[in-house]
Amino acid sequence: MKKLLLGNAAVARGAYEAGVRVVSSYPGTPSTEITENIVNYEEIYAEWAPNEKVAAEVAIGASIAGARSMACMKHVGLNVMADPVFTASYTGVNGGLVFCVADDPGMHSSQNEQDSRHYAIAAKLPMLEPSDSGECKEFTKLAFSISEEFDTPVFLRLSTRISHSQSLVELNDRENDELKPYEKNPAKYVMAPANAIKRHVDVEKRMLDLTEYSENSPLNIAEINDNTEIGVICSGTTYLYAHEALGDKVSYLKIGMIHPLPSKKITDFAQKFKKVYVIEELDPIIETHCKALGLDVIGKEVFTLLYEYTPSMIKKAVLGIKPNEDVTVGEVLPGRPPVMCAGCPHRGTFYVLKKLGLTVSGDIGCYTLGAMAPLSSVDSTICMGASISAAHGMSKARGPEFTKKLVSVIGDSTFMHSGITGLSDIVYNKGISTVIILDNSITGMTGHQDNPTTGYTIRGEETKQVNLVMLSKALGVEHVVVADPFDVKEFERVVKEETEREEPSVIIAQRPCALLKRVKYKGHCVITDKCKNCKMCMKLGCPAISIEDNKVKIDTTQCNGCGLCVNVCPFGAISKEE
Amino acid sequence: MTKSIMIVGVGGQGTLLASRILGNTVIREGYDVKVSEVHGMSQRGGSVVTYVKYGEKVYSPTIDKGEADLILAFEMLEAARALPFLKKGGTIIANTSRINPMPVITGEQEYPADLDKKIEQKAKLIKLDALSVAMNAGNIKTVNVVLIGVLAKNSEIPYEKWVESLKETVPEKLLEVNLKAFDLGYNL
Repeated sequence: MKKLLLGNAAVARGAYEAGVRVVSSYPGTPSTEITENIVNYEEIYAEWAPNEKVAAEVAIGASIAGARSMACMKHVGLNVMADPVFTASYTGVNGGLVFCVADDPGMHSSQNEQDSRHYAIAAKLPMLEPSDSGECKEFTKLAFSISEEFDTPVFLRLSTRISHSQSLVELNDRENDELKPYEKNPAKYVMAPANAIKRHVDVEKRMLDLTEYSENSPLNIAEINDNTEIGVICSGTTYLYAHEALGDKVSYLKIGMIHPLPSKKITDFAQKFKKVYVIEELDPIIETHCKALGLDVIGKEVFTLLYEYTPSMIKKAVLGIKPNEDVTVGEVLPGRPPVMCAGCPHRGTFYVLKKLGLTVSGDIGCYTLGAMAPLSSVDSTICMGASISAAHGMSKARGPEFTKKLVSVIGDSTFMHSGITGLSDIVYNKGISTVIILDNSITGMTGHQDNPTTGYTIRGEETKQVNLVMLSKALGVEHVVVADPFDVKEFERVVKEETEREEPSVIIAQRPCALLKRVKYKGHCVITDKCKNCKMCMKLGCPAISIEDNKVKIDTTQCNGCGLCVNVCPFGAISKEE
Repeated sequence: MTKSIMIVGVGGQGTLLASRILGNTVIREGYDVKVSEVHGMSQRGGSVVTYVKYGEKVYSPTIDKGEADLILAFEMLEAARALPFLKKGGTIIANTSRINPMPVITGEQEYPADLDKKIEQKAKLIKLDALSVAMNAGNIKTVNVVLIGVLAKNSEIPYEKWVESLKETVPEKLLEVNLKAFDLGYNL
């Protein structure tokens, strides 16, 4: 039976069919739906870990214990989990072990555009890259076989267009789900220098074996079309784009195994054609390999290092065919950047921070949108957890007076991910920063995943809940205040009081995400005739409030009745209607 | 021949479900199909674009400029933004409702006037107030299915296939209102 599946869902299906027993992940676009789909299979133990490093370690442990296991993450999550991964390369596996990483060329929902293929090379691990959902499923299964056959963790690399495209997949039954025997084997699993020295030899030998495998594997496949003078080497998305653009006018070498690359197969292919193009998004990984082999290939001279590729840009570069001129409405259209939803609890927080003119060290989540006009509040955003530690650095650089006008903001899930260590740094090193934990009771941006602060597991079972107040106090923060960001007056008072202190403090801005099913605001807000048109409510940047004919208007189809604007209006001119 | 349909709108309008209904419908006709979606940050009230392509064999899941046979737009500004993707002779089906983007809300830019007329000068436009139709169906959140109804009417795929696909894609308790919304769109 064929089914239309998202690439991510197909990876989950592949893991199921491959007999996977343990999956641990941290959500991150575009990888999140892999683990969300794993939940559909009762045979698999699935969890959200607090971060990617923990997820990888859980998967490594499960593999050592004899289970086929997997950890899934977005590209930047791979940075967080890199430490265990580089050493798992030395230990190898017992049960098959796959790390599935999803890159985001074009940065649809990411802070950078890094190419995770570099990690496969650096960690000396094989990496497979599928082109559609069918391959997502098959390559996942193959990754587990390779893992066990060559005693290695295997990377499965996806990208946004593969993860988030649906295509047809043939479903099969589950197999290989027995646990492998567990035996104590310190020479393989205790990576102290004496053992690691020996294991590194095994790693290098394994790379040679894997290269041999890559040469003969159907993962790397030449598609020769008659009477063609141009050869194209491509992989993943670019195989699809190139095929769409060039059809049977060229021949293809589709690389499904990104690392190690099949040098001989590539050389044989390249020598058949007058001109050979290497088409790959982001960095010139395959191209550099070809050039090291002495092959005369064309790559980044004509293709960009930036963003996603399209069939039309390939058509132009290879065949010289220019696209038709754009048909437009003939005027510049206003952009539509993402915004915080109507009813978003973060809006109250940023309204106050903007009003007080504070420097805001930001973090990764929906609240990164606090940088956008009109709230324009966030000063910096680097990576998960950086808000707290970067604020501490700013504070140490510029002193107490600067720090009194400085806060960091971090979501509940991000705080659990990598904010705790930053907070302990502030306390330990006599910092005086104020940290605002935006506790909206969920991991928001990636589409509502539970985390250690929500009280529920990935399967929706009740579990123990991390108490953020007690945790902050246990780290040594003496001033911990819980405040409602929609009670703007009180919230402002709390922020003023805590930033004024020359001691560390934590404010927990508590109000659940407006999109949670249990959050039921009623009715909607309306502007009454008391309105003096002061436009104070416009400072909220609520998508439901706008100006029409120079008058403030609330769009009742967008308003969810959260009432924040009612609290902000100085003339009591906004009321709620049921 | 591959057919390319683009669904555009504002994050939160239900474009994703619309593309899934469409995808599930065309596989019933035995086509190869690819549906490309957008998740994550851009879903938060930003412009969202999904692509649905079907035919004997589909390679790229994305649609290039000048390649879409049909654009289903949930909002007029997004219809205008997607216009460069329409194939010569293609059709735009657009919901007339207006959702102000943040640069318009903050007064930095103006929402362009008479977008429907400007689009009509360049392409075939079928416009409707899908929100009112959804209200008539009994649930304003069925705007997406109303629009799918209009799309169905303008497609070569038989009515029954759409209904089968709706039954499979839409949650049971919302099925009745969605079937009503579909019919209202189909019979406009």
